Amino acid sequence: MLARAEIIAVIKEVGAEQGKHLAPLSDELGLLETGLDSLCFAIIVARLEDNLGFDPFGSAEDTRFPVTVGDFVKFYETASKNVGA
Amino acid sequence: MSEREPSSLWERLSEAGSLSDRWLHGAGASVNLANFARGSCLSAPLDELRDASVLLLTKDQLSSALALIELDGVAQRVVICPLDLQPEHLPGIIETAKIDTVVGGRCLGVGRFVRCSTAINPAHRVRRCCQRTEWVLMTSGTTGIPKLVAHTLCSLSTAMTGRDPLGAGAVWSTFYDIRRYGGLQILLRAMLGGGSMVLSSADEPVGGFLARAGATGVTHISGTPSHWRRALMSASLHKIAPRYVRMSGEIADQAVLDHLRAAFPEADIAHAFASTEAGVAFAVGDGLAGFPTEYLGRPGAVDLRVVDGSLRIKSSGNALGYLGGVPFPRDEGGYVDTGDMVEARDGRYFFVGRRGGVINIGGQKVHPEEVEAAINSHPSVRMSLVKARSNPITGAIVVADVVIKSPTEAPETETLKSEILQMCRATLARHKVPATIRFVPAIEVGASGKIARHA
Repeated sequence: MLARAEIIAVIKEVGAEQGKHLAPLSDELGLLETGLDSLCFAIIVARLEDNLGFDPFGSAEDTRFPVTVGDFVKFYETASKNVGA
Repeated sequence: MSEREPSSLWERLSEAGSLSDRWLHGAGASVNLANFARGSCLSAPLDELRDASVLLLTKDQLSSALALIELDGVAQRVVICPLDLQPEHLPGIIETAKIDTVVGGRCLGVGRFVRCSTAINPAHRVRRCCQRTEWVLMTSGTTGIPKLVAHTLCSLSTAMTGRDPLGAGAVWSTFYDIRRYGGLQILLRAMLGGGSMVLSSADEPVGGFLARAGATGVTHISGTPSHWRRALMSASLHKIAPRYVRMSGEIADQAVLDHLRAAFPEADIAHAFASTEAGVAFAVGDGLAGFPTEYLGRPGAVDLRVVDGSLRIKSSGNALGYLGGVPFPRDEGGYVDTGDMVEARDGRYFFVGRRGGVINIGGQKVHPEEVEAAINSHPSVRMSLVKARSNPITGAIVVADVVIKSPTEAPETETLKSEILQMCRATLARHKVPATIRFVPAIEVGASGKIARHA
Protein backbone atom coordinates (compact mmCIF):
# COMPACT_ATOMS: atom_id res chain seq x y z
CA MET A 1 0.00 0.00 0.00
CA LEU A 2 1.51 3.25 -1.13
CA ALA A 3 1.49 6.01 1.42
CA ARG A 4 0.15 9.26 0.09
CA ALA A 5 1.99 10.85 3.01
CA GLU A 6 5.29 9.72 1.51
CA ILE A 7 4.62 11.53 -1.76
CA ILE A 8 3.61 14.71 0.04
CA ALA A 9 6.70 14.45 2.28
CA VAL A 10 9.01 14.21 -0.74
CA ILE A 11 7.30 17.18 -2.41
CA LYS A 12 7.83 19.25 0.77
CA GLU A 13 11.42 18.07 1.19
CA VAL A 14 12.40 19.03 -2.37
CA GLY A 15 10.55 22.35 -2.09
CA ALA A 16 12.56 23.19 1.03
CA GLU A 17 15.89 22.14 -0.54
CA GLN A 18 15.21 24.23 -3.63
CA GLY A 19 14.21 27.25 -1.57
CA LYS A 20 10.66 27.28 -2.97
CA HIS A 21 7.69 28.67 -1.10
CA LEU A 22 5.06 25.94 -1.24
CA ALA A 23 1.34 26.63 -1.46
CA PRO A 24 -0.87 24.48 0.86
CA LEU A 25 -0.99 21.10 -0.92
CA SER A 26 -4.67 20.37 -1.49
CA ASP A 27 -5.84 17.77 -4.02
CA GLU A 28 -7.32 20.45 -6.28
CA LEU A 29 -4.14 22.53 -6.41
CA GLY A 30 -2.57 22.60 -9.90
CA LEU A 31 0.95 21.15 -9.96
CA LEU A 32 2.25 24.32 -11.57
CA GLU A 33 0.58 26.41 -8.84
CA THR A 34 2.42 24.56 -6.04
CA GLY A 35 5.39 26.93 -6.34
CA LEU A 36 7.58 24.15 -7.78
CA ASP A 37 9.11 24.19 -11.27
CA SER A 38 10.05 21.41 -13.71
CA LEU A 39 13.44 20.83 -12.11
CA CYS A 40 11.77 20.31 -8.71
CA PHE A 41 9.33 17.78 -10.20
CA ALA A 42 12.20 16.02 -11.96
CA ILE A 43 13.94 15.59 -8.59
CA ILE A 44 10.70 14.51 -6.88
CA VAL A 45 10.06 11.82 -9.52
CA ALA A 46 13.66 10.55 -9.25
CA ARG A 47 13.52 10.44 -5.45
CA LEU A 48 10.15 8.67 -5.45
CA GLU A 49 11.59 6.13 -7.89
CA ASP A 50 14.44 5.49 -5.42
CA ASN A 51 12.01 5.15 -2.51
CA LEU A 52 9.21 3.21 -4.24
CA GLY A 53 11.08 1.31 -6.92
CA PHE A 54 9.02 2.51 -9.89
CA ASP A 55 8.41 5.53 -12.11
CA PRO A 56 4.80 5.75 -13.33
CA PHE A 57 5.72 8.29 -16.05
CA GLY A 58 7.94 5.76 -17.79
CA SER A 59 5.27 3.10 -18.00
CA ALA A 60 1.99 5.01 -18.09
CA GLU A 61 -0.70 3.51 -20.24
CA ASP A 62 -2.85 6.54 -19.58
CA THR A 63 -1.53 9.26 -21.89
CA ARG A 64 -2.91 12.05 -19.70
CA PHE A 65 -0.31 13.86 -17.65
CA PRO A 66 -1.25 14.64 -14.03
CA VAL A 67 -2.35 18.27 -13.68
CA THR A 68 -3.27 18.59 -9.98
CA VAL A 69 -1.66 17.36 -6.77
CA GLY A 70 -4.55 14.85 -6.46
CA ASP A 71 -3.88 13.56 -10.01
CA PHE A 72 -0.20 13.20 -9.17
CA VAL A 73 -0.88 11.09 -6.06
CA LYS A 74 -3.45 9.00 -7.95
CA PHE A 75 -0.95 8.50 -10.80
CA TYR A 76 1.40 6.82 -8.32
CA GLU A 77 -1.36 4.87 -6.59
CA THR A 78 -2.65 3.44 -9.90
CA ALA A 79 0.88 2.55 -11.01
CA SER A 80 1.66 0.85 -7.69
CA LYS A 81 -1.32 -1.48 -8.26
CA ASN A 82 -0.08 -2.26 -11.79
CA VAL A 83 3.43 -2.94 -10.51
CA GLY A 84 1.64 -5.73 -8.71
CA ALA A 85 2.37 -4.91 -5.13
CA MET B 1 20.72 35.58 -53.64
CA SER B 2 24.25 36.42 -54.79
CA GLU B 3 27.13 37.25 -52.48
CA ARG B 4 27.11 40.86 -53.71
CA GLU B 5 23.54 41.54 -52.73
CA PRO B 6 23.04 40.84 -49.09
CA SER B 7 19.45 41.02 -48.03
CA SER B 8 18.67 42.02 -44.48
CA LEU B 9 16.15 40.53 -42.11
CA TRP B 10 14.06 43.69 -42.40
CA GLU B 11 14.02 43.50 -46.21
CA ARG B 12 13.18 39.82 -46.21
CA LEU B 13 10.41 40.08 -43.61
CA SER B 14 8.90 43.03 -45.48
CA GLU B 15 8.81 41.00 -48.70
CA ALA B 16 7.21 38.06 -46.90
CA GLY B 17 3.85 39.70 -46.30
CA SER B 18 1.89 42.81 -45.48
CA LEU B 19 3.22 44.47 -42.33
CA SER B 20 0.05 45.99 -40.98
CA ASP B 21 -1.51 42.73 -39.80
CA ARG B 22 1.69 41.31 -38.35
CA TRP B 23 2.79 41.65 -34.74
CA LEU B 24 5.51 40.82 -32.29
CA HIS B 25 3.86 40.16 -28.94
CA GLY B 26 6.02 40.40 -25.81
CA ALA B 27 4.83 39.61 -22.29
CA GLY B 28 4.40 43.30 -21.50
CA ALA B 29 3.92 45.02 -24.88
CA SER B 30 3.14 44.33 -28.53
CA VAL B 31 4.60 45.97 -31.61
CA ASN B 32 2.88 46.14 -34.99
CA LEU B 33 5.37 45.73 -37.83
CA ALA B 34 3.84 48.56 -39.89
CA ASN B 35 4.35 50.86 -36.94
CA PHE B 36 7.87 49.52 -36.52
CA ALA B 37 8.52 50.40 -40.20
CA ARG B 38 8.08 54.06 -39.29
CA GLY B 39 10.30 54.14 -36.24
CA SER B 40 13.11 52.66 -34.24
CA CYS B 41 13.60 50.85 -30.94
CA LEU B 42 17.14 52.20 -30.61
CA SER B 43 18.27 55.46 -28.99
CA ALA B 44 20.98 56.06 -31.64
CA PRO B 45 20.46 56.59 -35.38
CA LEU B 46 21.14 53.38 -37.35
CA ASP B 47 23.71 55.17 -39.51
CA GLU B 48 25.89 55.52 -36.44
CA LEU B 49 25.77 51.78 -35.84
CA ARG B 50 27.04 50.84 -39.30
CA ASP B 51 29.95 48.38 -38.99
CA ALA B 52 29.58 48.25 -35.21
CA SER B 53 30.43 45.14 -33.24
CA VAL B 54 27.43 44.97 -30.95
CA LEU B 55 26.85 43.21 -27.65
CA LEU B 56 23.08 42.73 -27.37
CA LEU B 57 22.26 42.80 -23.66
CA THR B 58 18.54 43.55 -23.82
CA LYS B 59 16.56 42.20 -20.85
CA ASP B 60 13.28 41.25 -22.53
CA GLN B 61 12.73 39.21 -25.67
CA LEU B 62 10.63 41.80 -27.49
CA SER B 63 13.36 44.45 -27.45
CA SER B 64 15.90 41.75 -28.39
CA ALA B 65 13.79 40.83 -31.44
CA LEU B 66 13.35 44.47 -32.48
CA ALA B 67 17.05 45.24 -32.09
CA LEU B 68 18.02 42.17 -34.13
CA ILE B 69 15.68 43.20 -36.94
CA GLU B 70 17.16 46.70 -36.99
CA LEU B 71 20.80 45.72 -36.64
CA ASP B 72 20.91 42.95 -39.27
CA GLY B 73 22.48 44.30 -42.44
CA VAL B 74 23.81 47.34 -40.55
CA ALA B 75 26.14 46.16 -37.79
CA GLN B 76 29.18 44.12 -38.68
CA ARG B 77 28.52 41.71 -35.79
CA VAL B 78 25.80 41.18 -33.16
CA VAL B 79 26.62 39.03 -30.14
CA ILE B 80 23.37 37.83 -28.58
CA CYS B 81 23.60 37.42 -24.80
CA PRO B 82 21.25 34.87 -23.24
CA LEU B 83 19.35 35.91 -20.12
CA ASP B 84 21.30 33.53 -17.87
CA LEU B 85 24.77 34.68 -18.99
CA GLN B 86 27.04 34.96 -15.94
CA PRO B 87 28.37 38.54 -15.67
CA GLU B 88 31.93 37.29 -15.02
CA HIS B 89 32.07 36.02 -18.63
CA LEU B 90 31.32 39.45 -20.12
CA PRO B 91 34.89 40.86 -20.18
CA GLY B 92 36.19 37.80 -22.07
CA ILE B 93 33.31 37.94 -24.56
CA ILE B 94 33.81 41.69 -25.14
CA GLU B 95 37.50 41.15 -25.84
CA THR B 96 37.05 38.09 -28.08
CA ALA B 97 34.26 39.64 -30.13
CA LYS B 98 35.96 43.08 -30.25
CA ILE B 99 32.78 44.72 -28.98
CA ASP B 100 32.56 48.50 -29.51
CA THR B 101 28.84 49.02 -28.85
CA VAL B 102 26.50 47.76 -26.13
CA VAL B 103 22.80 47.71 -26.99
CA GLY B 104 20.29 47.38 -24.14
CA GLY B 105 20.87 46.28 -20.58
CA ARG B 106 23.28 48.56 -18.83
CA CYS B 107 26.26 50.67 -19.78
CA LEU B 108 29.38 48.55 -19.21
CA GLY B 109 31.80 51.41 -19.86
CA VAL B 110 32.73 49.75 -23.16
CA GLY B 111 32.56 51.92 -26.29
CA ARG B 112 29.16 53.32 -27.11
CA PHE B 113 25.97 52.54 -25.15
CA VAL B 114 22.65 52.47 -27.02
CA ARG B 115 19.35 52.07 -25.21
CA CYS B 116 16.74 49.76 -26.65
CA SER B 117 13.05 50.07 -25.92
CA THR B 118 9.81 48.42 -26.96
CA ALA B 119 8.27 51.90 -27.38
CA ILE B 120 8.97 52.78 -31.02
CA ASN B 121 10.44 56.25 -31.56
CA PRO B 122 9.16 57.80 -34.77
CA ALA B 123 12.11 58.06 -37.11
CA HIS B 124 11.94 58.62 -40.85
CA ARG B 125 14.77 56.64 -42.21
CA VAL B 126 15.34 53.99 -44.75
CA ARG B 127 16.71 50.73 -43.41
CA ARG B 128 19.41 50.04 -45.94
CA CYS B 129 21.23 46.77 -45.92
CA CYS B 130 24.94 47.34 -46.35
CA GLN B 131 26.48 44.08 -45.26
CA ARG B 132 26.10 40.49 -44.22
CA THR B 133 25.95 40.84 -40.47
CA GLU B 134 27.53 38.14 -38.36
CA TRP B 135 25.15 36.81 -35.68
CA VAL B 136 26.90 35.30 -32.68
CA LEU B 137 25.09 32.87 -30.38
CA MET B 138 26.40 31.28 -27.21
CA THR B 139 26.67 27.67 -26.13
CA SER B 140 28.15 26.40 -22.89
CA GLY B 141 31.68 25.00 -22.90
CA THR B 142 33.34 22.37 -20.70
CA THR B 143 34.68 24.94 -18.24
CA GLY B 144 31.45 26.93 -18.08
CA ILE B 145 32.90 29.67 -20.31
CA PRO B 146 30.47 30.17 -23.21
CA LYS B 147 31.58 29.41 -26.76
CA LEU B 148 30.76 32.10 -29.32
CA VAL B 149 29.16 30.51 -32.39
CA ALA B 150 29.15 32.66 -35.55
CA HIS B 151 26.28 32.52 -38.05
CA THR B 152 24.77 34.77 -40.70
CA LEU B 153 21.10 35.35 -41.47
CA CYS B 154 21.62 32.99 -44.42
CA SER B 155 22.97 30.14 -42.32
CA LEU B 156 20.27 30.67 -39.67
CA SER B 157 17.47 30.62 -42.22
CA THR B 158 18.64 27.72 -44.41
CA ALA B 159 15.70 25.60 -43.30
CA MET B 160 13.25 28.29 -44.41
CA THR B 161 12.71 28.58 -48.12
CA GLY B 162 10.73 31.64 -49.05
CA ARG B 163 7.12 32.13 -48.18
CA ASP B 164 5.63 29.31 -46.16
CA PRO B 165 2.37 28.11 -47.78
CA LEU B 166 1.03 27.46 -44.29
CA GLY B 167 2.64 30.65 -43.06
CA ALA B 168 0.17 33.28 -44.24
CA GLY B 169 -1.52 34.52 -41.11
CA ALA B 170 0.50 32.10 -39.00
CA VAL B 171 1.07 33.07 -35.39
CA TRP B 172 4.22 31.41 -34.16
CA SER B 173 5.29 30.97 -30.59
CA THR B 174 7.90 29.15 -28.59
CA PHE B 175 8.61 28.33 -24.98
CA TYR B 176 12.26 28.98 -25.86
CA ASP B 177 14.02 32.26 -25.38
CA ILE B 178 14.75 33.75 -28.81
CA ARG B 179 18.30 34.52 -27.66
CA ARG B 180 19.05 30.79 -27.98
CA TYR B 181 19.32 28.94 -31.30
CA GLY B 182 16.02 27.04 -30.93
CA GLY B 183 14.04 30.18 -30.15
CA LEU B 184 15.77 32.29 -32.79
CA GLN B 185 14.77 29.72 -35.41
CA ILE B 186 11.12 30.31 -34.53
CA LEU B 187 11.45 34.12 -34.63
CA LEU B 188 13.00 33.84 -38.11
CA ARG B 189 10.35 31.36 -39.29
CA ALA B 190 7.64 33.76 -38.17
CA MET B 191 9.26 36.83 -39.70
CA LEU B 192 10.50 35.29 -42.97
CA GLY B 193 7.31 33.28 -43.45
CA GLY B 194 5.07 36.33 -43.27
CA GLY B 195 3.60 35.61 -39.84
CA SER B 196 3.44 37.06 -36.34
CA MET B 197 5.02 35.84 -33.13
CA VAL B 198 4.22 35.53 -29.43
CA LEU B 199 7.39 35.73 -27.33
CA SER B 200 7.75 33.99 -23.98
CA SER B 201 9.12 35.53 -20.82
CA ALA B 202 11.21 33.98 -18.05
CA ASP B 203 9.06 35.75 -15.42
CA GLU B 204 5.75 34.46 -16.72
CA PRO B 205 4.12 31.29 -15.31
CA VAL B 206 3.39 28.58 -17.90
CA GLY B 207 -0.37 28.99 -17.49
CA GLY B 208 -0.11 32.73 -18.17
CA PHE B 209 1.99 32.16 -21.28
CA LEU B 210 -0.41 29.53 -22.64
CA ALA B 211 -3.38 31.83 -22.01
CA ARG B 212 -1.63 34.73 -23.76
CA ALA B 213 -0.56 32.58 -26.71
CA GLY B 214 -4.08 31.16 -26.96
CA ALA B 215 -5.69 34.62 -26.84
CA THR B 216 -3.41 35.70 -29.70
CA GLY B 217 -4.54 32.71 -31.76
CA VAL B 218 -1.23 30.86 -31.87
CA THR B 219 -1.08 28.41 -34.80
CA HIS B 220 2.52 27.11 -34.64
CA ILE B 221 4.32 26.49 -31.37
CA SER B 222 7.64 24.94 -30.40
CA GLY B 223 9.55 23.92 -27.31
CA THR B 224 11.78 21.25 -25.88
CA PRO B 225 10.20 17.99 -24.71
CA SER B 226 10.74 19.35 -21.18
CA HIS B 227 8.85 22.54 -22.00
CA TRP B 228 6.03 20.40 -23.36
CA ARG B 229 5.94 18.06 -20.36
CA ARG B 230 5.58 21.12 -18.15
CA ALA B 231 2.80 22.45 -20.39
CA LEU B 232 1.08 19.05 -20.22
CA MET B 233 0.98 19.50 -16.43
CA SER B 234 -0.82 22.83 -16.84
CA ALA B 235 -4.57 23.18 -16.59
CA SER B 236 -4.24 25.96 -19.21
CA LEU B 237 -3.01 23.68 -22.00
CA HIS B 238 -6.48 23.61 -23.58
CA LYS B 239 -6.24 27.39 -24.10
CA ILE B 240 -4.09 26.84 -27.18
CA ALA B 241 -5.28 25.03 -30.31
CA PRO B 242 -2.23 24.97 -32.58
CA ARG B 243 -2.11 23.45 -36.09
CA TYR B 244 1.58 22.68 -35.70
CA VAL B 245 3.46 21.50 -32.60
CA ARG B 246 7.22 21.18 -32.73
CA MET B 247 9.82 19.76 -30.37
CA SER B 248 13.56 20.23 -30.53
CA GLY B 249 16.60 20.68 -28.31
CA GLU B 250 16.29 17.35 -26.51
CA ILE B 251 15.50 13.75 -27.34
CA ALA B 252 11.77 13.40 -28.01
CA ASP B 253 10.80 10.02 -26.61
CA GLN B 254 7.74 8.06 -27.69
CA ALA B 255 5.91 8.91 -24.45
CA VAL B 256 6.03 12.69 -24.97
CA LEU B 257 5.05 12.26 -28.64
CA ASP B 258 2.03 10.18 -27.56
CA HIS B 259 1.07 12.66 -24.84
CA LEU B 260 1.11 15.52 -27.36
CA ARG B 261 -0.84 13.49 -29.92
CA ALA B 262 -3.52 12.86 -27.28
CA ALA B 263 -3.58 16.54 -26.27
CA PHE B 264 -3.68 17.90 -29.86
CA PRO B 265 -5.33 15.23 -32.04
CA GLU B 266 -5.75 17.59 -35.01
CA ALA B 267 -2.27 19.11 -35.05
CA ASP B 268 0.81 18.21 -37.08
CA ILE B 269 3.35 17.12 -34.49
CA ALA B 270 7.01 17.17 -35.44
CA HIS B 271 10.28 16.69 -33.62
CA ALA B 272 13.31 18.34 -35.12
CA PHE B 273 17.03 17.95 -34.69
CA ALA B 274 19.22 21.03 -34.62
CA SER B 275 22.29 22.29 -32.82
CA THR B 276 23.76 25.78 -32.54
CA GLU B 277 26.93 24.61 -34.30
CA ALA B 278 25.43 22.30 -36.95
CA GLY B 279 22.14 24.06 -37.68
CA VAL B 280 18.81 22.41 -38.38
CA ALA B 281 19.17 18.88 -39.72
CA PHE B 282 15.62 17.59 -40.11
CA ALA B 283 12.11 17.47 -38.72
CA VAL B 284 10.34 14.15 -38.27
CA GLY B 285 6.56 14.21 -38.72
CA ASP B 286 5.47 10.57 -38.48
CA GLY B 287 4.79 10.65 -34.75
CA LEU B 288 7.51 8.12 -33.96
CA ALA B 289 10.64 8.63 -31.87
CA GLY B 290 14.00 8.62 -33.68
CA PHE B 291 14.41 9.22 -37.42
CA PRO B 292 14.41 6.94 -40.48
CA THR B 293 17.85 5.63 -41.46
CA GLU B 294 17.19 6.67 -45.06
CA TYR B 295 17.63 10.32 -43.99
CA LEU B 296 21.34 9.56 -44.30
CA GLY B 297 22.67 10.14 -47.76
CA ARG B 298 19.41 11.48 -49.17
CA PRO B 299 19.78 14.30 -51.67
CA GLY B 300 19.05 17.81 -50.46
CA ALA B 301 20.49 20.78 -48.67
CA VAL B 302 21.35 18.83 -45.53
CA ASP B 303 23.82 15.97 -45.75
CA LEU B 304 23.92 13.59 -42.76
CA ARG B 305 26.30 10.85 -41.80
CA VAL B 306 27.10 8.80 -38.74
CA VAL B 307 30.75 8.34 -37.82
CA ASP B 308 31.79 6.35 -34.74
CA GLY B 309 28.22 6.50 -33.55
CA SER B 310 27.82 10.28 -33.65
CA LEU B 311 25.63 12.26 -36.02
CA ARG B 312 27.49 14.62 -38.39
CA ILE B 313 25.87 17.29 -40.53
CA LYS B 314 27.01 19.22 -43.59
CA SER B 315 24.73 22.00 -44.74
CA SER B 316 24.60 25.70 -45.41
CA GLY B 317 22.98 25.86 -41.96
CA ASN B 318 26.29 25.00 -40.33
CA ALA B 319 27.82 27.78 -38.25
CA LEU B 320 30.84 29.60 -39.70
CA GLY B 321 32.87 28.62 -36.64
CA TYR B 322 33.70 29.79 -33.13
CA LEU B 323 35.12 33.23 -32.42
CA GLY B 324 38.47 33.53 -30.67
CA GLY B 325 40.25 30.75 -32.54
CA VAL B 326 38.51 27.96 -30.58
CA PRO B 327 38.73 24.73 -32.66
CA PHE B 328 35.40 24.01 -34.38
CA PRO B 329 34.20 20.37 -34.62
CA ARG B 330 34.24 20.17 -38.44
CA ASP B 331 35.84 17.09 -40.04
CA GLU B 332 37.97 16.86 -43.22
CA GLY B 333 34.82 16.23 -45.25
CA GLY B 334 33.25 19.46 -44.01
CA TYR B 335 30.76 17.74 -41.69
CA VAL B 336 30.06 19.24 -38.27
CA ASP B 337 30.21 16.65 -35.51
CA THR B 338 27.19 17.17 -33.24
CA GLY B 339 28.53 14.90 -30.47
CA ASP B 340 25.04 13.38 -30.32
CA MET B 341 25.27 9.59 -30.29
CA VAL B 342 22.79 7.52 -32.29
CA GLU B 343 22.00 3.81 -32.58
CA ALA B 344 20.18 2.13 -35.46
CA ARG B 345 17.30 -0.24 -34.64
CA ASP B 346 14.63 -1.50 -37.06
CA GLY B 347 15.26 1.06 -39.77
CA ARG B 348 15.44 4.07 -37.47
CA TYR B 349 18.18 5.92 -35.67
CA PHE B 350 17.56 6.70 -32.00
CA PHE B 351 19.47 9.27 -29.97
CA VAL B 352 21.16 7.65 -26.99
CA GLY B 353 22.98 10.57 -25.35
CA ARG B 354 26.02 12.77 -25.88
CA ARG B 355 29.64 11.85 -26.33
CA GLY B 356 31.77 12.68 -23.32
CA GLY B 357 28.81 12.38 -21.02
CA VAL B 358 27.51 15.89 -21.66
CA ILE B 359 24.09 15.99 -20.04
CA ASN B 360 21.03 17.70 -21.49
CA ILE B 361 18.69 19.03 -18.81
CA GLY B 362 15.58 20.45 -20.40
CA GLY B 363 17.60 21.64 -23.42
CA GLN B 364 20.49 23.09 -21.41
CA LYS B 365 23.89 21.44 -21.66
CA VAL B 366 25.72 20.42 -18.51
CA HIS B 367 29.38 19.45 -18.74
CA PRO B 368 30.09 16.87 -16.02
CA GLU B 369 33.62 18.22 -15.55
CA GLU B 370 32.30 21.57 -14.34
CA VAL B 371 30.08 19.90 -11.71
CA GLU B 372 32.86 17.51 -10.67
CA ALA B 373 35.19 20.49 -10.11
CA ALA B 374 32.63 22.03 -7.75
CA ILE B 375 32.19 18.76 -5.83
CA ASN B 376 35.93 18.09 -5.68
CA SER B 377 36.54 21.47 -4.08
CA HIS B 378 35.16 20.01 -0.83
CA PRO B 379 38.18 19.08 1.36
CA SER B 380 36.81 15.60 2.20
CA VAL B 381 36.26 14.57 -1.44
CA ARG B 382 38.86 12.48 -3.29
CA MET B 383 37.09 12.34 -6.64
CA SER B 384 33.66 12.33 -8.20
CA LEU B 385 31.83 11.15 -11.31
CA VAL B 386 28.90 13.18 -12.56
CA LYS B 387 26.46 11.58 -14.96
CA ALA B 388 22.95 11.77 -16.31
CA ARG B 389 20.02 9.80 -15.00
CA SER B 390 17.04 9.69 -17.33
CA ASN B 391 13.99 11.54 -16.11
CA PRO B 392 10.44 11.78 -17.46
CA ILE B 393 10.10 15.50 -16.64
CA THR B 394 13.37 17.09 -17.79
CA GLY B 395 14.76 14.28 -19.97
CA ALA B 396 17.66 13.87 -17.55
CA ILE B 397 18.89 15.00 -14.17
CA VAL B 398 22.42 15.32 -12.82
CA VAL B 399 23.58 12.70 -10.33
CA ALA B 400 26.99 12.21 -8.73
CA ASP B 401 29.08 9.34 -7.40
CA VAL B 402 31.56 10.59 -4.81
CA VAL B 403 34.66 8.96 -3.30
CA ILE B 404 35.62 10.27 0.14
CA LYS B 405 39.32 10.84 0.94
CA SER B 406 39.38 9.20 4.30
CA PRO B 407 36.08 7.66 5.40
CA THR B 408 37.15 7.60 9.05
CA GLU B 409 37.82 11.32 9.25
CA ALA B 410 34.96 12.50 7.09
CA PRO B 411 31.88 13.97 8.74
CA GLU B 412 28.63 11.99 8.82
CA THR B 413 27.50 11.17 5.29
CA GLU B 414 24.26 13.17 5.52
CA THR B 415 26.18 16.23 6.76
CA LEU B 416 28.80 15.76 4.07
CA LYS B 417 26.12 15.44 1.40
CA SER B 418 24.50 18.69 2.40
CA GLU B 419 27.89 20.45 2.62
CA ILE B 420 28.76 19.30 -0.93
CA LEU B 421 25.37 20.35 -2.22
CA GLN B 422 25.74 23.76 -0.59
CA MET B 423 29.11 24.25 -2.34
CA CYS B 424 27.54 23.26 -5.64
CA ARG B 425 24.58 25.62 -5.14
CA ALA B 426 26.96 28.49 -4.38
CA THR B 427 28.87 28.18 -7.66
CA LEU B 428 26.65 26.38 -10.19
CA ALA B 429 23.40 27.15 -11.97
CA ARG B 430 20.46 25.27 -10.38
CA HIS B 431 20.07 22.67 -13.12
CA LYS B 432 23.75 21.69 -12.74
CA VAL B 433 23.51 20.86 -9.03
CA PRO B 434 23.30 17.06 -8.52
CA ALA B 435 19.79 15.84 -7.65
CA THR B 436 21.28 12.88 -5.80
CA ILE B 437 24.74 12.10 -4.39
CA ARG B 438 25.88 8.54 -3.78
CA PHE B 439 29.05 7.69 -1.86
CA VAL B 440 31.01 4.92 -3.57
CA PRO B 441 34.29 3.17 -2.66
CA ALA B 442 35.96 3.80 -6.06
CA ILE B 443 35.47 5.27 -9.54
CA GLU B 444 36.81 3.52 -12.62
CA VAL B 445 39.75 5.30 -14.26
CA GLY B 446 40.52 4.40 -17.89
CA ALA B 447 43.88 3.68 -19.53
CA SER B 448 44.16 7.36 -20.50
CA GLY B 449 44.16 8.27 -16.81
CA LYS B 450 40.78 9.88 -17.23
CA ILE B 451 37.54 8.91 -15.57
CA ALA B 452 35.78 6.28 -17.66
CA ARG B 453 32.69 7.97 -19.07
CA HIS B 454 30.18 5.95 -20.98
CA ALA B 455 28.05 7.57 -23.64
